[in-house]
Amino acid sequence: MAELTLMKNTAEQQLAAEWQAAKGKLPGAAPMRAAAFERFSAVGLPHRRIEEWKYTDLRALMRDAKPLAIPPDAAAKARAKEAGALLADIGSRRLVFVDGAFAPELSDLTKLETGLAIRPMAQALAGSDALATKHLGKVFATDDVAVALNTAFMGDGVVIHVAAGAAVERPIHLVFAASGDKPAALFTRSLIVIEKGARAMIVESHEGTEGRDYQSNTALELKVADDAHVDHIKITREGDKALHVSSLMADVGAHARFNTFVFNIGGAVARNQLFLRFSGEGTVANIRGASLLKGRQHADTTLVMDHAVANCQSREVFKTVLDDESRGIFQGKIIVRPHAQKTDAKMASHALLLSEDAEADNKPELEIYADDVQCGHGATAGDLDEDLLFYLKARGIPHAEAEALLIQAFVGEAIEGIEHAGLREALIEAVAAWLKARG
Amino acid sequence: MPLLEIKNLHVEIDGKKILNGLDLVVNKGEVQAIMGPNGSGKSTLAHVLAGKAEYEVTEGEVLLDGENVLEMQPDERAAKGVFLAFQYPIEIPGVATMTFLRTALNAQRKKRGEAELTTPDFMKRVREQAGKLAINMDMLRRGVNVGFSGGEKKRNEILQMALLEPRLAVLDETDSGLDIDALKIVADGVNRLRSPERGFVVITHYQRLLDYIVPDIVHVLSKGRIVKTGGKELAHELEASGYAQFQEAAVAAE
Repeated sequence: MAELTLMKNTAEQQLAAEWQAAKGKLPGAAPMRAAAFERFSAVGLPHRRIEEWKYTDLRALMRDAKPLAIPPDAAAKARAKEAGALLADIGSRRLVFVDGAFAPELSDLTKLETGLAIRPMAQALAGSDALATKHLGKVFATDDVAVALNTAFMGDGVVIHVAAGAAVERPIHLVFAASGDKPAALFTRSLIVIEKGARAMIVESHEGTEGRDYQSNTALELKVADDAHVDHIKITREGDKALHVSSLMADVGAHARFNTFVFNIGGAVARNQLFLRFSGEGTVANIRGASLLKGRQHADTTLVMDHAVANCQSREVFKTVLDDESRGIFQGKIIVRPHAQKTDAKMASHALLLSEDAEADNKPELEIYADDVQCGHGATAGDLDEDLLFYLKARGIPHAEAEALLIQAFVGEAIEGIEHAGLREALIEAVAAWLKARG
Repeated sequence: MPLLEIKNLHVEIDGKKILNGLDLVVNKGEVQAIMGPNGSGKSTLAHVLAGKAEYEVTEGEVLLDGENVLEMQPDERAAKGVFLAFQYPIEIPGVATMTFLRTALNAQRKKRGEAELTTPDFMKRVREQAGKLAINMDMLRRGVNVGFSGGEKKRNEILQMALLEPRLAVLDETDSGLDIDALKIVADGVNRLRSPERGFVVITHYQRLLDYIVPDIVHVLSKGRIVKTGGKELAHELEASGYAQFQEAAVAAE
């Protein structure tokens, strides 16, 4: 059958025009960008007939493509100071990006711990930085179109290196503030390399101006070497008109500990992609997330956990709370390669529907090619348990408060696993605030 | 004025009649027992008093201090002083017992226009009551009833009752699933709460519980109405003769 070429829609045509105008000005990595754009050009925006994007038809959801963000003005920078306030109390090192551009005056680069090196991605790209050259685009090879677009247009972000054996106790907080006020497209890209036996905690906050029509495509490549211990937490609370697409690409070595948590509370459309691979034996990973959705929010978490080697353990727990006419999607795929014996993987995804007009889609997949493994998944979708509500109400707790307690408990099951007490409490607070706003 | 007055109560669930014209008057300071065979409507009565939505009251009245409670939500009834000790206390993972107790107590106080308890005040009360019921504080940090044994769940119900200090306590088969030691702890907990200002409705299938919580009045419930009322000796009579005679009586009366 002849290959069908879809008519390019407005967004695709605009992206092509942006590319023509910008390709000569984007920092470094020209061949890599060109190849990535070609990939995008060949297939266009992902749509519902692409299995991985079945529930998040980007071609339909993206009516147009916004112009690339211009450098932020003083007002945008001033607003960015407030971004990430949710985590104000955890004593983190803040690295702030305003409309995609690194803002050194808002960032803390003083007293870097021994073994910690930080530089802006734009600078690394322009200067053919050795670490970037070695790893960028190679941590987790994927032909995903959102990643290809990110690679073609990547502007700024951060390159972090934690040397072997270094223990960076202070969390590193990447604050991506889309605090401008004009429609814009932001493409941020980061690379973090944690060497053997090192310890680090990376937090990402993605926030933006309410009412602003913008699109954020962000990607993080995370290379975790043997014996390292890395915690990663991503908090998405973009503005209410924002379209957010994010891709985490991680490769984790042997005898490592890796925890990631994706907390999603904002944005009109949010797609969180996690591409994770174990490349060394004896590693344990906890992969969790929670989404709280209301109005007409659409949030999609798509996970690929590749057990490429034997003797690793992964636990996946995802919770989605859906109110009003929101839509929550979880697609989780666990791949166990032929030689990955003794793999122990358990995935759970649960949706709590607070409204009859909300929709939850759950698609767990196990692709198992080894025979001596323990793998399982469980998926549920339901509303609040009437018997539980009655028990609470019979003790004098009003209906709304009883619901709030049960919703907090539902989400809490995922949040409780976060090891850092300050972060855990911050997220519990965020859930409480969401519930309070719900009334 | 009686504490609780139930007049000609008819209740259905899914179109099936469970209570058929039940009358009951409980005065302050009284402990009244309701005994009856399975399916006689005992648990239905308990749940209707607490306000469970599935039960449809088709006729009759339930007055607490002369006020109709049937129009009230379960939480409003609780704030007015109605307490149901559940036959099957439910597990609530993720909601710590301590949080639950405090939320419940303060919600009731708020509704009554009373000030919320301070943390030290609250903790003092919990520690005191938990100690009497042999409940350790570690249990209270866990999710409500999660991982509790049958006996622990029942003791937790009595702890809630002791903290919430209801005016009318309804105990639904609190003895079920308890061994004799647990039964004594639970009964002692109830007896400590007996007061001239408080009334109890103790629902049970067996006379055993009534050896420890001695009632002032005993009723026999059959086919959704009270078919006999007597003193505490009625419980012993039932133990000897069984419920069969009353079921026949109820049928004859229809």
